[in-house]
Amino acid sequence: MVNTTQPTADLSPAPAIKKIQDERLKEVSLLTKIMRRPELGALAGLILVAIFFISTADASMFTLAGIMNILSPASQLGILAIAAALLMIGGEFDLSIGSMVAFTGLVFGAFVTLSGLPLLLAIAATFVVAAILGGLNGQLVIRTRLPSFIVTLAFLFILRGLSLVGLKWATGGSTQMRGIGAQSNEDFVREIFSGTALEGLFSWLAANDLIAKFPNGTPTVTGVPVSILWFIGFALLATWILLRTRAGNWIFAAGGDANAARNSGVPVDRVKTGLFMLTACAAALVAILTVLDAGSTDARRGFQKEFEAIIAAVIGGCLLTGGYGSAIGAFFGAIIFGMVSIGLTYTRFDSDWFQVFLGAMLLLAVLFNNFIRRKVTGER
Amino acid sequence: MDRQAPIIEIRNLVKHFGSVIALSGVSLSVHRGEVMCLLGDNGAGKSTLIKTLSGVHKPTSGEFLVEGRHVTFSSPRDALDAGIATVYQDLAMIPLMSVTRNFFMGREPVKGVWPFRYVDFDHCDAVTRDEMHKIGIDVRDPHQAVGTLSGGERQCVAIARAVYFGAKVLILDEPTSALGVAQTSMVLKYIHQVRQKGLGVIFITHNVRHAYAVGDRFTVLNRGKTLGTYAKSEIAIDELQNLMAGGKELQAVSAELGGMV
Repeated sequence: MVNTTQPTADLSPAPAIKKIQDERLKEVSLLTKIMRRPELGALAGLILVAIFFISTADASMFTLAGIMNILSPASQLGILAIAAALLMIGGEFDLSIGSMVAFTGLVFGAFVTLSGLPLLLAIAATFVVAAILGGLNGQLVIRTRLPSFIVTLAFLFILRGLSLVGLKWATGGSTQMRGIGAQSNEDFVREIFSGTALEGLFSWLAANDLIAKFPNGTPTVTGVPVSILWFIGFALLATWILLRTRAGNWIFAAGGDANAARNSGVPVDRVKTGLFMLTACAAALVAILTVLDAGSTDARRGFQKEFEAIIAAVIGGCLLTGGYGSAIGAFFGAIIFGMVSIGLTYTRFDSDWFQVFLGAMLLLAVLFNNFIRRKVTGER
Repeated sequence: MDRQAPIIEIRNLVKHFGSVIALSGVSLSVHRGEVMCLLGDNGAGKSTLIKTLSGVHKPTSGEFLVEGRHVTFSSPRDALDAGIATVYQDLAMIPLMSVTRNFFMGREPVKGVWPFRYVDFDHCDAVTRDEMHKIGIDVRDPHQAVGTLSGGERQCVAIARAVYFGAKVLILDEPTSALGVAQTSMVLKYIHQVRQKGLGVIFITHNVRHAYAVGDRFTVLNRGKTLGTYAKSEIAIDELQNLMAGGKELQAVSAELGGMV
């Protein structure tokens, strides 16, 4: 009478499951399906903002050149925002991202100019330093059980201060370090981290009159800045990880309820430490991209980017309490940022309205997210 | 069946936390296809006992046998691997995550080659829907958040998950204490089903009625000691109640209140 077969073995064959699926599956309304996507708010916001600028801004804003202008700052912020979104979904904050950009910029600059490492090694070493710092953040949060808000707030100041002190020490008193990468000649590595890509495609498009070009035949936009490609690539990768992998499920679980996750065998501490390392590495990536482009670094790099990244993540649908959100939402959130900050200069509005917009957008997003969360979980 | 070795047996289990004696000699055993109810009032040591069985705490002394073999667990994962699954009252499910994601949390089946390894969520959805169907919970859409399920349904999903992943013994920590009447009967019915599948169940509760409804044997815990183990035929529900609450005092109160405690 006792049935000792392993429960895992009594999986009915696939066709039977299919059949059950067909007769039992309630029509989930399209609206419910859309409502369940965390990035809904960000996409709607992006459309609204785009409509606003299409109707008020100069037409040149939506030319190819104008769009590249919008996407460049959006991509730098976006790389940070996507990492911040993953961390927020995992239930933690990192307020030190902005300072991390400055500090890893200094580290990278020092590796290149002072130690004369080859570019590739300097980049790798910078990522290692960032990962160690991120891991330190994570371990401090986990071991002290302090809110990550406090721990990383401390690092916001520590790293910013270290950047200033380090820059002065390395340059003999200046807070700017110049000439980074000028001497390097590794074209391949430089191509990946700076300048533009897809030039061939763009000149072909110009030659065929598909995009705007100068009278001499060169396209007005010579290529896509690499930071934009990194941004898009990172958004796709993060979305795939979050929605399709085991690590993604663990991130949701760790942020949703760390205790329940632990009881179910999820290595919560490892997940969180990994996420802190990821945000630090995202900051390092932004530092490397911007430092190589500018050829210099300074102590104000990444200033207040931690807030903008968190705001973009929240606009993207992340709950401040963790366990819910999306990477693609943060992607849209960052584009909204870029569109508004750059777009205002194409309108007759004072561009300082940007800050007002920022605050209002954050408030709206949080209210909207809370509403959606109640819908999703059915709580009242 | 009864002559078979118990799935879990503990003898004279002792657990000290510094100078605090949480368990001072607890013995009990669970067989296949049996619901063993662990009864005890607050502070009797139920939680410590569960946590010891599920690998959170290490016993200070005493014997702990799983299927006749001595074991020492150093983490909850070890206990899980040995087939001992614990379902905690509130800490089993994540409300914001979908039913499927909760069901497979920590045990996601993966496909593909690293670093392109991914979770086959279509398969997971199908399994989840099927398992829910078996226990009679109407999960129309496995993507719906667990927060939309009722308390009883959540508890059943947590139990179904443990069963699906091959648990031999289920430790249920007060699965009914936060539930209404209809929800409670749903969970009790499911516990009965699990027993018929041949699993051993340790059902922790301080509600004698719930225990008596599904229990085969009852172990009463008081002040870190087992007061005794009784088969259902040996003890009436009132006696069990008195035993658990420490006897006479309760009888006096009960008489005062018209016999309703």
